[in-house]
Amino acid sequence: MIPTPDLSHLTSKDYNLVYEPAGPHLPLLDALEADLETLKGAEPRICLEIGSGSGCVSTFFARALVLLYICTDINPHANRATQATGRQNRRLQRRPGGIGGAWAGGWDGMEVTNKFLEQVEGLLSENGRFYLVALKQNNVPEIRERMLQRFQLKSEIVIERRAGREYLYILHTSGRDRHRVDMKMWHL
Amino acid sequence: MVRLITHNLLACHVKGCNANNFPLEFRNVELEIREAEFNPDFVKGFLPKIEWKALVDTARQLGDTSLPEEQPEMLDDDFLKNLHHVLLEIHVEEGAMVCPNCKHEYPIASGIPNMLLAEHEIA
Repeated sequence: MIPTPDLSHLTSKDYNLVYEPAGPHLPLLDALEADLETLKGAEPRICLEIGSGSGCVSTFFARALVLLYICTDINPHANRATQATGRQNRRLQRRPGGIGGAWAGGWDGMEVTNKFLEQVEGLLSENGRFYLVALKQNNVPEIRERMLQRFQLKSEIVIERRAGREYLYILHTSGRDRHRVDMKMWHL
Repeated sequence: MVRLITHNLLACHVKGCNANNFPLEFRNVELEIREAEFNPDFVKGFLPKIEWKALVDTARQLGDTSLPEEQPEMLDDDFLKNLHHVLLEIHVEEGAMVCPNCKHEYPIASGIPNMLLAEHEIA
């Protein structure tokens, strides 16, 4: 069991501006934890998280795997929160923490996801793994079909669960093309 | 955090800017050195992902001349420690990264790079 990161530096004021690390994050953390040994075996070097919010997922994972974590979010408050969470926990753990950034592109649900999926195959390394957090209303069977037909990405549902008001899916797919990013997390 | 390890992975992504778009050039930077725990396995493992010339040139522009022009075959501790310092301990806190090709400027504020593009610049 990986210890939960210290988020005491974030207040309710922050949570008005970024997603609170509850509910939707937990299934992703569970999926990553379940795959931890496999992930370690693949010797990844880089993890790219798109939509990092409070930074809790990457920071949590940094406790188990020493990687370069690149976190992006279109929301500048989230960039700052991610950076702060990384720093807060690096002090405690003495490990490389999260990195703030920004994701280029508008926020328009599936439109952005589609654009991203076009690039996934080229971005993932040969042993790369890609985790996608999707909501039921995103039409998961359709996402999987499109990933397969348009992008030749075979996916599986690793977790499917109600989290608060949302019904969430964690999809997983593996890269085949050689490139420089080893792992990705993507929140819809 | 903009460290050289991250900078080494960033290229300009403006629509149509596909050549000579790497590495981005640092401008008007404010640096901070922050000690990080030395992990030789991490540094060694990351080496194959590094664009060596871009890293050495950028480090030199920022005033660090500890890395050799050519990547050495023998990875001794001194070399790995220098590499560790260049990759992970030099933080660019303020300034900008400019594309050598299209001159697009990606600002850095409080250590966070803004890679967002305007609508008409997105591919």
